[in-house]
Amino acid sequence: MNLSNHIPILIVAIPLLAAFLVPLIGRINKKATGTLTTLALSVSLILTITLAVKILTVGPQAYVFGATSPSLTLPSGLKFPIRIMFQIDAMGIFMGLITAVVSFVGAVYSLVFMKQHSGLDKYYSLLLLLTVGMFGMEFTGDMFNFFVFLEIASIASVALISFRGIDLGEPAEAGFKYMVVSSISALMVLFAVGIFYGQYDILNFAAIASVIKYSQLDKIALGLLIPVLAMKAGAVPMHMWTPDAYSEAPAPITMMLVATSQASLYALFRVVFSLYNISLNALTVGWIIIIFGLLSMFIGVTMAIIQKDIKRLMAYHAVSQTGYMFLGVGVGLAVLANPVALNQYGITAMEGGIFHIMNHAMYKGLLFLTAGALFFRTGTKNLDKMGGLAHSMKYTTIFFIIGAAAIAGLPPFNGFASKLLIYESVYKFNPLLSIIAMVVSILTLASFVKVFHSAFLGPKLPQFKEVKEVPRSMVFAMAVLSCIIIFFGLFPDLIVKNLVHPAVMSLIEQLQYTGTVLGGM
Amino acid sequence: MIGNFPYVAVVIFIGLGIYTLMFKKNLIKIAIGVVLIENGVNLFLITLGYRKGAIAPIYTQAPSGQAMVLPTPQALTLTSIVIGIATTALILSVAMMIYKHYGTLDTDQVRRLRG
Repeated sequence: MNLSNHIPILIVAIPLLAAFLVPLIGRINKKATGTLTTLALSVSLILTITLAVKILTVGPQAYVFGATSPSLTLPSGLKFPIRIMFQIDAMGIFMGLITAVVSFVGAVYSLVFMKQHSGLDKYYSLLLLLTVGMFGMEFTGDMFNFFVFLEIASIASVALISFRGIDLGEPAEAGFKYMVVSSISALMVLFAVGIFYGQYDILNFAAIASVIKYSQLDKIALGLLIPVLAMKAGAVPMHMWTPDAYSEAPAPITMMLVATSQASLYALFRVVFSLYNISLNALTVGWIIIIFGLLSMFIGVTMAIIQKDIKRLMAYHAVSQTGYMFLGVGVGLAVLANPVALNQYGITAMEGGIFHIMNHAMYKGLLFLTAGALFFRTGTKNLDKMGGLAHSMKYTTIFFIIGAAAIAGLPPFNGFASKLLIYESVYKFNPLLSIIAMVVSILTLASFVKVFHSAFLGPKLPQFKEVKEVPRSMVFAMAVLSCIIIFFGLFPDLIVKNLVHPAVMSLIEQLQYTGTVLGGM
Repeated sequence: MIGNFPYVAVVIFIGLGIYTLMFKKNLIKIAIGVVLIENGVNLFLITLGYRKGAIAPIYTQAPSGQAMVLPTPQALTLTSIVIGIATTALILSVAMMIYKHYGTLDTDQVRRLRG
């Protein structure tokens, strides 16, 4: 048995197995749960990197469960192949890398951050299930399978958001909102799956893509999928759950929720590009996505400015940054049918949008972790009550500056690289869009200067005299993300050429995706 | 004509579910609204696989030549029902936690998170 052929399933199976082992281990030794989780996720991270190297050098991978060939027959002569596939191309593994890094960092950070809570075995079990759900959404090549993983991720994240609901009311309230939103989204996805199955008799993404006709029913399915996946990604005007869920979840979970939203965003792009591609009216759908982006950017940042709760403020910035991804990829979609414009600026815009997904996961994760660190030591999330913390929390201050500079798009951090790609390419499409994007970036900077000023600067406050730097494992988790941010900021060419460009091309070139699966058909 | 009745029922289920979600203010009723939509979607899936006069798709024991209903939608529906139970249980348990802290299930009063 050659294990290297089974990497795709191992990436999902190891956290899944660990998720059910953790409560058992927890019966014997409470402390071992966190270690086991970290171990499982680090194995997963290593495997994801191995798979990424393989995919970027060899090409997209398909992993088949069940019948090896679509034309397989049973001994009785019955022709009914039962097969589900994982189909991982450059875009899928790009998202997989984000998930792997974020979940590993989240587990390391949780080791001390969650220490004083009870029910930690359940916490780690759910954290692993959330990771499994995200990996599954990104790797799967089957629409129904996607629905199942979407629900796994939703259920795990709701339970984690309301984890502190035993003692407090607010987390339960946020969890309820998120649960209703995500069940509606998942059910509408299932309805769209039913529409596809009723027409084409297949559930595989690539197989549907090869026969799709863009009939009236396909339009209805598209009309169901785009809003619900945008809702799960937290785009305005369906963003009402984002600030609540992000601000009430424990900090490492908030970081993972950002990655979960981005998995939905990935699914949206997958549907639009790999499933419909040029068969749809790209200009109209592209503009719809651009408008989602504009609204998210602008409303997100204006709502963020007035917030006093540090995590709520950052959550609104998460909405705002999602807008950049919508903008970049939307511009790419709008010119999809026009090869000249696509080569001139469409691909660059999409590179910016896709690169921003990874950058956002890193710097927003880092910012949420610093907010968690502040909460860990001061016990408050209210900016008005904080102050002078730079005196006693030096590392956290440095990490916050790195994160804030990256989100505001200052060089040499990674936010600058992806935002510059978006500005210059979107300017050629429509100058106004680019100008709005820049204004939003300036407002973002203004808002983070305010946070920095009120939380870190000023004299040392008497009530925070006892405050000291957070424990080493939390510093390590934040340092990992900071290093990635600086590395991406210093060598953006390297990342864009080797990681982002293949991802964009695998979205644009539909045949590359469908060919992997249908080659043997 | 009569074959389309299940689809009418699907529309009624989902319509009622969306109405409940939008206009009812009780958290338990919102949970019921989600369940209604879920039932509508499940009914839609199972109707897709229905063939008139067909038998259950048990291949090993089927008389030859007899039409069978499609097995895949049934498998999908079964999975979806199981997931639905998990979601419903979770919604209701969160509603229970909310009641414990707020002392009410009215959405107008469960509003500490705003702005």
